[in-house]
Amino acid sequence: MPKKEGDNRAPGQIPENERDYYLERRYPSFGNLVPRDVASRNAKYVCDEGRGVGDTKLAVYLDFADAIKRLGEDTIRDRYGNLFEMYQRITADDPYKVPMRIYPAVHYTMGGLWVDYNLMSTIPGLFVLGEANFSDHGANRLGASALMQGLADGYFVIPYTIGDYLASADLPKTSTEDAAFQTSENEIRDMTAKLLGIKGKKTVTEFHRELGMVMWDKVGMSRTKEGLEEAVGRIKELRKEFWENVRVPGNPSQLNKNLEFAGRVADFMELGELMARDALERNESCGGHFREEYQSAEGEAVRDDEQFTHVAAWEFTGAEQTPKRHTEALAFENVKLTQRSYK
Amino acid sequence: MSEMTLKLSVWRQENAADAGKMVDYTLPGVSEHMSFLEMLDVLNEKIIAEGGDPIEFDNDCREGICGMCSLVINGIAHGPEKRTATCQLHMRHFKDGDHITIEPFRAEGFPVIRDLTVDRSSFDRIIAAGGYVSVNTGNAPDANAVPVSKEAADKAMDAAACIGCGACVAACPNASAALFVGAKISQYALQPQGDPERARRAQRMVDQMDAEGFGACSNHAECEAVCPKGISIMNIARMRREYLKAIIS
Repeated sequence: MPKKEGDNRAPGQIPENERDYYLERRYPSFGNLVPRDVASRNAKYVCDEGRGVGDTKLAVYLDFADAIKRLGEDTIRDRYGNLFEMYQRITADDPYKVPMRIYPAVHYTMGGLWVDYNLMSTIPGLFVLGEANFSDHGANRLGASALMQGLADGYFVIPYTIGDYLASADLPKTSTEDAAFQTSENEIRDMTAKLLGIKGKKTVTEFHRELGMVMWDKVGMSRTKEGLEEAVGRIKELRKEFWENVRVPGNPSQLNKNLEFAGRVADFMELGELMARDALERNESCGGHFREEYQSAEGEAVRDDEQFTHVAAWEFTGAEQTPKRHTEALAFENVKLTQRSYK
Repeated sequence: MSEMTLKLSVWRQENAADAGKMVDYTLPGVSEHMSFLEMLDVLNEKIIAEGGDPIEFDNDCREGICGMCSLVINGIAHGPEKRTATCQLHMRHFKDGDHITIEPFRAEGFPVIRDLTVDRSSFDRIIAAGGYVSVNTGNAPDANAVPVSKEAADKAMDAAACIGCGACVAACPNASAALFVGAKISQYALQPQGDPERARRAQRMVDQMDAEGFGACSNHAECEAVCPKGISIMNIARMRREYLKAIIS
């Protein structure tokens, strides 16, 4: 980053002594190899200070100049060529020559559907694989991509557990005449008719964006009690407005992606509130789940292992009802829980 | 940040039975930083606000790796930029006042569902006919138990870069799916894991391709020119070799 706020020079024009390598400064032994939650939070903080770069001021520089000098452009191209190409297409900047402008964006959150040891959900016969379930990632996403859990669940767990279920479960023949099916079908029909019938003033995209901003500001990588309470209230209002004022075009009998999208945004409104409630309940910081009230003098996450060495699973108790929190203790047999430090 | 006003002619079609027609729109306020799909999002918001039905178009990841986006832009599948899927095409490649035509991928094997959305499940059925490696249940194999040479791995990886979007079909004067099928056959044929089933696979996938109504390849190479992943027509040659070996052995 430029040291001074409002420094609009091109990155190449900023002399070394007027740059602030903020991760290297704060975390000398890890530098920019700190875990993603720490790197993301710090990028947000320097932009919040008003030192962000580029048109939007929501970016920090990621400079590959030293790495290219050390390893050569070919090596870097071999390792990151596809990512650099994507970046160049989006920004029209050449990242081999000009530092990249980057900013953290949500593309994953730890947590998911509760499953048992065999990856079966609370619905008998419904198995949940990969990152749709909660089972592997807690404080941070491990391995930095969906591959780890996808492979682990798909290769090592489900081939054994689903076979056992199919062999041992009583699976009577059923049809679409079943009462449960009829109920579901009617619910979907009613929901579809309701969404199309509101004929309000705001589009689904507008609601999606408003919800996204609330989640981003208040339930994102750095949270506070006040912010989360505000988010719960704001989402409730937004949900109420959605069901009174959304405009979903088209009809139900043809391809209608806006209608599908409306159904998803309605779901996100419930899930978003649940995430805020869950974060509010946990009076500690743990990796990516960062509550500003619970940090050390050095800005590190401070856990409360006495109170919160558990997984929280929320039970759906009906639409517009407060969900019920269940806990499942985390038992560490071989690892001693310690405070991490990247100093 | 420069903004432009565009004139757009977009294919609108109620459903497969409808004849369909081009409809003109004027869209102001287009930022050069938008992707082509973001530009269409803005147009759709405008259409919805004015009481119309939005334009249906396929998209998902919007980072060029899922193969859901399509569109024929000014007569070219995925638009004017080389090796670029529509979602990665940015508006800075157009200028203020441009007239852009937007049509669906057209082919017998890709019937229109609505507007710019076409049914590409024919590709799924080709994959289902042989685009997999059969494995026995039981323990997962150890990671490095089957050695693969770097050269074979690289070539297989290049073939596997195919995202199955179908631009090759849309660009081909014969509406042939040879590049797609060639890439999928190659990614397995080049590796030991795919070797035991290679003959059966080539035969079944090619037969399915024909059954779906895709035309024959006559080496125009239009497919390679529009492919967002730069898949080489070498893969078509490999498919032919695999198929010939399969039917005469």
